[in-house]
Amino acid sequence: MSINTLVVKQQVIKLSEKTIEKTKEANVFFSGIGDFFLFLWKTTRETFSLNFEFNEFLRQCFQIGYKTLPLISVTGLIMGLVLTIQSRPVLVDFGAVSMLPGMVSLSIIREMGPVITALICAGKIGSGIGAELGSMKVSEQIDAMEVSSTHPIRFLVVTRVLAATLMIPVLVLYADALGILGSWAGANIKGSVSFVLFFNQAFRVVDFMDFLPAVIKTFFFGAVIGLVGCYKGYSAGHGTESVGKAANSAVVLASLLVIIVDLIAVQITDMLL
Amino acid sequence: MIKNKKVTPESTKKPKMVIEINNLSKGFDDMQVLKKLSLKLYDGENLVVLGKSGSGKSVLIKCIVRLLNPDQGTIMVLGENVSELKSKKLARLREKIGFLFQSGALYDSMTIKENLEFPLRRIKKKLSKKERDKKIEETLEHVGLADTLHKMPSELSGGMRKRASLARTIVVDPMIMLYDEPTTGLDPVTSGGISALINDVQKKYLTSSIIITHDIECARATADRIIMLKDGEIYMEGNIDDFENSTDEVIQSFFKQKA
Repeated sequence: MSINTLVVKQQVIKLSEKTIEKTKEANVFFSGIGDFFLFLWKTTRETFSLNFEFNEFLRQCFQIGYKTLPLISVTGLIMGLVLTIQSRPVLVDFGAVSMLPGMVSLSIIREMGPVITALICAGKIGSGIGAELGSMKVSEQIDAMEVSSTHPIRFLVVTRVLAATLMIPVLVLYADALGILGSWAGANIKGSVSFVLFFNQAFRVVDFMDFLPAVIKTFFFGAVIGLVGCYKGYSAGHGTESVGKAANSAVVLASLLVIIVDLIAVQITDMLL
Repeated sequence: MIKNKKVTPESTKKPKMVIEINNLSKGFDDMQVLKKLSLKLYDGENLVVLGKSGSGKSVLIKCIVRLLNPDQGTIMVLGENVSELKSKKLARLREKIGFLFQSGALYDSMTIKENLEFPLRRIKKKLSKKERDKKIEETLEHVGLADTLHKMPSELSGGMRKRASLARTIVVDPMIMLYDEPTTGLDPVTSGGISALINDVQKKYLTSSIIITHDIECARATADRIIMLKDGEIYMEGNIDDFENSTDEVIQSFFKQKA
């Protein structure tokens, strides 16, 4: 056998090995997508089942909503403050400083408030759910639930997804309000504007159709964060390492999906309005 | 397979069968864990399943409650084919089976009382709050944990967690108990206590049990009949004396190692 034939043979072997490896990776990727949609289907089916776990749902609303308030308060205030401090010099240059309240409130209500709040929630809530469910999976608590005639998806997943879907819009509205408050505080650092005048100017430019699409998309943000957190936790492997991985990948995937959902929502809003 | 004389709890009476497994096979990827395994559990019997780690013991009892789906074979529990049951019927059957997990699997966000209340609320729906509380207190007293009602699982020792977990399992009065390594990770004294508790549960609640273990002392204390698994198949069946008197190398090495 000539040297050339040997080299070609080796190259073919290498190529086939790489092809097999890539095929396996693709298999894992597509089966992951399939698993996610199966999980989504099971969650949807259990959402409409008769035995709704109302007490657990309320507990999750408290965990997701109330316990995230301090973080959202700080973020909302700083968001408004920073946006005002950054925009003011440019508007002063153009002699348009009177437009500052309207500009800031519009950007907070339409985009900054929903997206920043959702990203913060993806970090806090997504990782929390992912780690909690992941550790329950690893320590066989989910199996224990299943053998004691409790549907784990109904008890653990539906309650968390619904709580996130309902609580994140509330948190976004709260963050919007604090953002505008922070903006008023920012406007008063280098200037002087009364609270009433600032809010009058802020809401003069905002109409219902600025507000509505922004609120609607936050329900989807909530659903995505809850679902991804639950899915990652629920599908955690064995051992404590997988709990960390579940929490981490929940944050990464939820944040990415929030941005993608935002892009789709903006496109739809743009087409409709 | 080494088969000794057929041992049933009361061989003269023709005992009722509560679990019958025929040709059960289960594998994961390329690894075959259970290979055409068949076994029977009789009413009121404690059946110990011995075997080394990875011999398929836990997979066997997880298939019985359908936490895992078998690849092949039938599992009849209380006259029902587990693999063919729809989710509602499966849930009803699972209400009659108690499963003690190796890790205890106590819900760590709930107190011990809430842990016991969780299955009780769902399975014994007709009980009033007062009756539920009484039942919980009685069960905890039975396992010697009367003063842990409002404690969190993280505040308990390993042995206490196992007892609490056992209390959660028996609080709903199961007919069949499946124990997955009940004494693993416990000191010999605590292990002895758990073994005694398994016998108490059988007497008080008239349960039939499968006890998965590799603890010879636990097997000695609890077994009416023993099955040894090796490479996913039944290697030997008999009572504790048959095993201890066996001249088979595998059995001897297992018993000597654990002695």
